[in-house]
Formats: sequence, structure tokens, C-alpha cells
Amino acid sequence: MEALFLYGFFQRAFLTGIFIAIACGLLGIFLILRRDAMIGHGLAHVAFAGVALGLFLNVMPLAVALFMAVVASWIIMKLKVKAGLHGDTAIAIFSSVGFALGILLATLSQSFNVDLFSYLFGEILAIEPSEVVFSIVLAFVVVLLIVVNYHKLMYMTFDRESAKASGIKVDRLDGLLTLLTAVTVVLGMKVVGILLVSALVVIPAAAGLQVASSFKQAIVLSTCISITSVVLGLVLAFLLDLPASGSIVLLSFLAFGILFVFRRARG
Amino acid sequence: MDSVATEQELLIEIRKVAYSYGYGDVLKDVSFPINQEDFLAIIGPNGSGKTTLLKIILGLLKPRLGEVKIMGKTVEEFADWKTIGYVPQKATHIDSLFPVSVKEVVAMGIQSSRRFPRRTREEDSCISRALQQVGIEEYKNRRIGNLSAGQQQRVFIARALANHPKILMLDEPTTGVDVKTQEHFYDMLHRLNREEGITIVLITHEVGIINKHVAQVACLNQTLVYHGSHDEFCRSDEFKRMLADGHHLVSHHH
Repeated sequence: MEALFLYGFFQRAFLTGIFIAIACGLLGIFLILRRDAMIGHGLAHVAFAGVALGLFLNVMPLAVALFMAVVASWIIMKLKVKAGLHGDTAIAIFSSVGFALGILLATLSQSFNVDLFSYLFGEILAIEPSEVVFSIVLAFVVVLLIVVNYHKLMYMTFDRESAKASGIKVDRLDGLLTLLTAVTVVLGMKVVGILLVSALVVIPAAAGLQVASSFKQAIVLSTCISITSVVLGLVLAFLLDLPASGSIVLLSFLAFGILFVFRRARG
Repeated sequence: MDSVATEQELLIEIRKVAYSYGYGDVLKDVSFPINQEDFLAIIGPNGSGKTTLLKIILGLLKPRLGEVKIMGKTVEEFADWKTIGYVPQKATHIDSLFPVSVKEVVAMGIQSSRRFPRRTREEDSCISRALQQVGIEEYKNRRIGNLSAGQQQRVFIARALANHPKILMLDEPTTGVDVKTQEHFYDMLHRLNREEGITIVLITHEVGIINKHVAQVACLNQTLVYHGSHDEFCRSDEFKRMLADGHHLVSHHH
């Protein structure tokens, strides 16, 4: 098995995967507790339109997807706060419109091919060196911004009004969190694909929340489960010739299942 | 009407404040001062504008007319929000399944301006002291959702105390808490007021629940109908009229 790590493509996938897993594990806790778990799903569909546009224009698809996801996340946030749309309506609209736009662009550019499928289903084992740098730098920035704003984000998520009364600029933090979500979704897309990226953000966090009795525990557990799922998923995918995306998501679901049963048994 | 001694330092000045949610004013022309070491109860029936006024003081809402000055500065200019400890109405704010320990909740108060997650030794001792002050140190590692309503309320007070506030503002602090716990609760507030010199401002819709420790009363019903000492309020026509209107006396110890 050590031989695995001698392969350049595996090293790249492994390193990128771990960084993205940390970003997803950290962010997921905040999204679930803010009842925003579905935003990842919605933004992934918008990112699909971005990938299709990138392939159509022959520009780096990840960068176009990132731009579109950031714009969409900002509009979703504004619609939620200002336009008085109910619950997840804005996310549902953007999710469908994004996907529709993606289908249209992909058909027009005749790019319904291997390239597009690698984004739909994820293909981290085939990640390009340029994408490795792009992904690691962005994932590092996401992690750093969450760590630096950890206390403010926790306070705002737990008790928004008191946080605001204590002088925390909650609107600014909302914007930051939305931006970080867009970036993380686009990064996660490379690991598990557009169709499964929200699982990578939500499932490890949901698993950690089953047994955590403190916020710190929840964050640490979520991140550990996320990293373990990605690492084991990659190894299994390589050894058993399975798709990495499916293996990673199913492993995180296994962790969720075990912790869910443990919590129920404990009462 | 304003019979409160004004020798103490003026902390908050509410001047001609009006507020509207778009269907008529909920507050009209409200003016009164809050002085250092006051123990003030803002009372009034449901819908009388108490919570709205509290939110205006805290800068969460902007008044339609008038202004609030905190330590000589307008709400917009004021930056030292850590000196005002806000204790929200627990029941409407907290998700009982939220994974957060008592210690983490108390730490939120002092750590929110810091950049890195690790606590310093000094912050740890501030947290321990705040927990001791409200008598819940033994629960520090418990998840907050597992505590009783009274204990949770103490956690929020500890969070406010950890910042060494000059003022504590409490929104309906004894809602859903039994009479005995209420007694302990007011004794604790009295101690903080007397021994630590912390100004206490609490709001309640139960007009009769004015504890022996409350020194000043501001009675709201859209406008300010009374502001002055507690003793005078109990002798006032306003108090008698409110009792006659069915705002029953719950706990009035003299």
C-alpha cells in the first residue's frame, strides 16, 4: 500500500483532498446549525453552469464556476434577507436555473463529454497540477478565515441577536460565510463532483453533531470524519478500482450511521 | 415624575424616542435617564414597547425619532459594547440541541473580539469568576441544552459578566422560572448591583412582579406613563389602575 504514495497523481489527489476535506468539515457545522445545509446543493448546480461556460469559452472551468457560485451565493443571501422569500425558495430557484443553464451551454458547445462528466461525478485522482495549487491555496484561505473568525462565527450562529448587541458585525460575517461556502463547494466539486458535493459539506458535520457536547468537539469530529472519509475513500478507490466520489460519500455516511446509532443507543 | 436622585453618573439618556413598525407608533416621545448603579425595571403590558426600547438602546433597532446616548455618545458613535451585558429572553433565542458547553457560551462574551481560538489564562480566570458569581461553576462542561431554564438564564448572565460590564440588560429574565428560583435570581442581581456596582435594567410584562430589590421603575404603555422610585410607584394611581386592569401582583416583598 505504501507504493500508492509513490504515484504523483495519488500524492496530488491525497494532498488536495485533505485540504478540501478540512474546509468542508469546518464549514459544514456552521451551515447545518444555521439551517443552511441545502445551500451547498444549490451552489453546486450553479457551479455546473460555470463549468459548462468555462468549457464553452475554453477558460479554466474551475475559475468560471467559482465566479458564478460567488455571484449566486451573494444574490441568494440578498434575496433571503431583503426580498422576503420563504425558507429555501431562493436556493431551489438558483439550483434549477443553474442546472438548466448548464445543460443549455453544454449542448450549445457540444461539450457533453468526458470533461463535463469529470465535474459532474468528480475525478480527483485525475487532478491537474495547476488545479492542485489553485485548490490548496483556496482551501487554505477558507480554513484560515474560519479559524480567525471562529469565536464570532460561533457566537453569531448560536445567538445572533446577542452577538449583534455585543458589537459583532453580523451582516459582514453572513457575507463572509456565504463567500466561503461558494468557494468550498467549487473545491469540493473537484473531489466528489457537482452531484455529491453537498454531501461532503453536510454528512461529516451531521455525523459530528450526533455526539458532540461542545462546539469544539463538533468541529473537531466533523473535520476528522471528513478527512478520514476522503483518505480512506481514495485508497479504496485506487485499490478496488471504485469511483473515488462514491466511496468518499458512502464512507462519510457510514460514519454518520455509526454515530447516529451510538447516540440513539446511549439515549 | 423624575424623582430619582441624579447625583450618580448618567449612563444612558433616552431622549424623545419614537418607533414604528409601520402600523402606528409602538413608542412615542419616551425620555428618561438611566444612572450608574440604578436597579431599574421597565414594566408595562404586552405590546407596550418595552422590548423595542431595549433593542433601540442596544442599537439593534433605529428609532424613528429621538435618540439614545450611551455614556455621552450616540448609539452610532458608541463602540464599547462590551460594557453593556445583554441577557436575551432565553426561550425565544436558544436551540436546545445546539452543541455548546456552558463554558463555551460564557467564553463567547470575551473572545468574540479575538482572532485566535485558544484562550489565555487570564480569560480562563474571567470565565471561572463569572461562573462563580452566578453559582453554576459545577455545570461548566455540560451542554447548555441539558440545563434548566433558571440555570440557562444564569449562564447568559455569566456570559455578560465575563466582560466586566457596567450595565446588565435583561429581557424578561424570570419567564418560565418558578417563584423560589426567581427569589434567588433577584438576590443575585441585588448582589451584583450592590457589591460590584453594576447597573441593572430589566424588562417584564408582569407589572406586579416588582421585587424588593428593584429601586426604580419606568412604566411604558407606548408612552412613558411613570418613571421614578419603586416605592412611589407602588403608591401611585398608575400602579393601582394597572392592578385593577388585571396585572396581578406576583411577588412583592416589603
